[in-house]
Amino acid sequence: MRVVLAEDLVLLRDGLELLLSAHGHDVVAAVESGPELAAALAEHRPDIAVVDVRLPPTYSDEGLQVALAARRERPGLPVLVLSQHVEQLYARELIADGTGGVGYLLKDRVSKADQFVDAVHTVADGGTVMDPQVISRLLARNAYDQPLALLTPRERDVLAMMAEGRSNAAIAGRLHFSEGAVSKHTSNIFAKLGLGASDDDNRRVLAVLAYLDGTRPA
Amino acid sequence: MSSPQSPGVRALRPAVQALGRLAVLTVLIPAGVALGVLVVLAAVLWCGLGLFPFALLAVRLVRSAAEAARRAAGHWSQVPVPSPYRPRPALERTLHGWFWTGHDYHRNRRFASMARNLRWIWNDPATWRDNLWAVTDPLVGGGITAAPLLLIGYGLYGLAQPLLPAPGPGYDLLPLDGALAPLPGLALVAGGLALARPALRLHARWTRALLGPTERARLARRVEQLTEIRLDATEAQAAELRRIERDLHDGAQARLVAVSLRLGAVAALVDRDPEQAKRVVTDAQENVTAALQELRDLVRGIHPPVLAERGLAEGVRALALDVPLRVEVRTALPGRAEAPVESAVYFAVSEALTNAVKHGGARCATVELTHAAGLLRAEVSDDGGGGADPGRGSGLRGIQRRLAVFDGTLTLSSPPGGPTRLIMEIPCVLSSPRTSSC
Repeated sequence: MRVVLAEDLVLLRDGLELLLSAHGHDVVAAVESGPELAAALAEHRPDIAVVDVRLPPTYSDEGLQVALAARRERPGLPVLVLSQHVEQLYARELIADGTGGVGYLLKDRVSKADQFVDAVHTVADGGTVMDPQVISRLLARNAYDQPLALLTPRERDVLAMMAEGRSNAAIAGRLHFSEGAVSKHTSNIFAKLGLGASDDDNRRVLAVLAYLDGTRPA
Repeated sequence: MSSPQSPGVRALRPAVQALGRLAVLTVLIPAGVALGVLVVLAAVLWCGLGLFPFALLAVRLVRSAAEAARRAAGHWSQVPVPSPYRPRPALERTLHGWFWTGHDYHRNRRFASMARNLRWIWNDPATWRDNLWAVTDPLVGGGITAAPLLLIGYGLYGLAQPLLPAPGPGYDLLPLDGALAPLPGLALVAGGLALARPALRLHARWTRALLGPTERARLARRVEQLTEIRLDATEAQAAELRRIERDLHDGAQARLVAVSLRLGAVAALVDRDPEQAKRVVTDAQENVTAALQELRDLVRGIHPPVLAERGLAEGVRALALDVPLRVEVRTALPGRAEAPVESAVYFAVSEALTNAVKHGGARCATVELTHAAGLLRAEVSDDGGGGADPGRGSGLRGIQRRLAVFDGTLTLSSPPGGPTRLIMEIPCVLSSPRTSSC
């Protein structure tokens, strides 16, 4: 897989490059600023961009802005955004176009190399990966919402894992259920939240996030 | 006068209202004269016979009259006249039971209090300006208020000339008769009406000239205020630094020590017991994760990331997504404020939303950010139980302190039963216009 990497801290950039190369990916460009990232994305047309939110020259949210602009130009361009902090505001902007192929993770997650590389694959394949922190904060915030209050604690766990981009099989493995039990939970969740069931993992995540965001999908 | 709605009447109404107020002020002239006489008498008694209690009484009377005049100028003419008086110094009691007035010691409390009051009144320039006002106002202020009324009275007297057996004083000099006869009277009445509002304003200005704070007093008050704010801000800053130091010491720092210890253990274990070493490494990694989380929370408390990256409007939007409330955010900011101002407003809004959840039991809230006439305004309203009291909660006091540094103000309306509305205003300019998504 051809990867463009944007990260301003040399240590982390080299580490990520090493990690991705070690897993057989081809890092075609490793840049350190917003304008360089924009140029690299245009030039290499990578399979995935791994981008730090805060980049020079302004050290604001340049990385995110460049990534969003690139996705407007090339809808569905897989982008995995890394940050020292996760914000629902940014998560919302990333998933807003509904084309999938987005990831938003805390930089800490890089330390669990396998999970991080899995996330890169999921995003490159058009899936959606949200940091567990985004999900837990969404759930905490929406605790008062009526339909969500109807969910059992188990169903909330399943919902959170669904939003992290996990398949039924993966959820079953994590929660030590049978796969059948998980699919029963998911259909319960869809029923309680009034969402049409769908087998497509990505659409499932988008639906869940869109719901949690307070904007019920049409 | 025809119907109450006719345009002529409507145009006349302000003039008639002003005339009424002038009449009230004119009626009070004798009271002013009495006050002036009292002041002169008090001065004579004090200087000649040393009877200062009488002077204290006179000063108290003059002060209440002056306060009333200030209020009248503010309410009737929209000329606000702030009180210029210095605050009364406190009476301190020493360990030995003496009273310290700030200047000398007294054994007796009542005597000390009187000495303190005398000194306080004597040293306040506002006292002397008050006295000057009391003596001169019946003449100057009274002249200003009475003039339009006299004009109208004399005009009405002119209109009544045909009914009188002989022309009155003044009118007998005019060679007008027949249809032209009422003209001078009409002109005087019209002139009196036209002068009513300017006269009232002039009277308010005269009041302000003598009873308002002098530039010097205003500056002295301002310096006092700034000193207080600086002390407050420095204290708050020091407390904040202490909190950060404590958080780092008990949190991230302690965790890193733990990680270091575990890595040492791993070095010893790795050959002897690889399985145990693996478990210790996992443990160390968990400690690092926790330390990172603590650092993130700390950073969020110092300078929230979205505020740093995108500014106030987006920062507040991100904040709204994090509180367990339905928050509607409306922003119309044509640019960015200075970073410290943005930070103050952000934390003020954050505190307001936290209060709405914690104390108000609110479910919905609205945040509105606007900028007009050099004033950045943030309004937070919620549908909670209300009853918030700035005197009680330390949170609201904290907001006030944060805003005061920038001359900002906090207005709270929170009747029991709700809703609560918090309005924060900070004078500031916005820089570097940018497209703000609303």
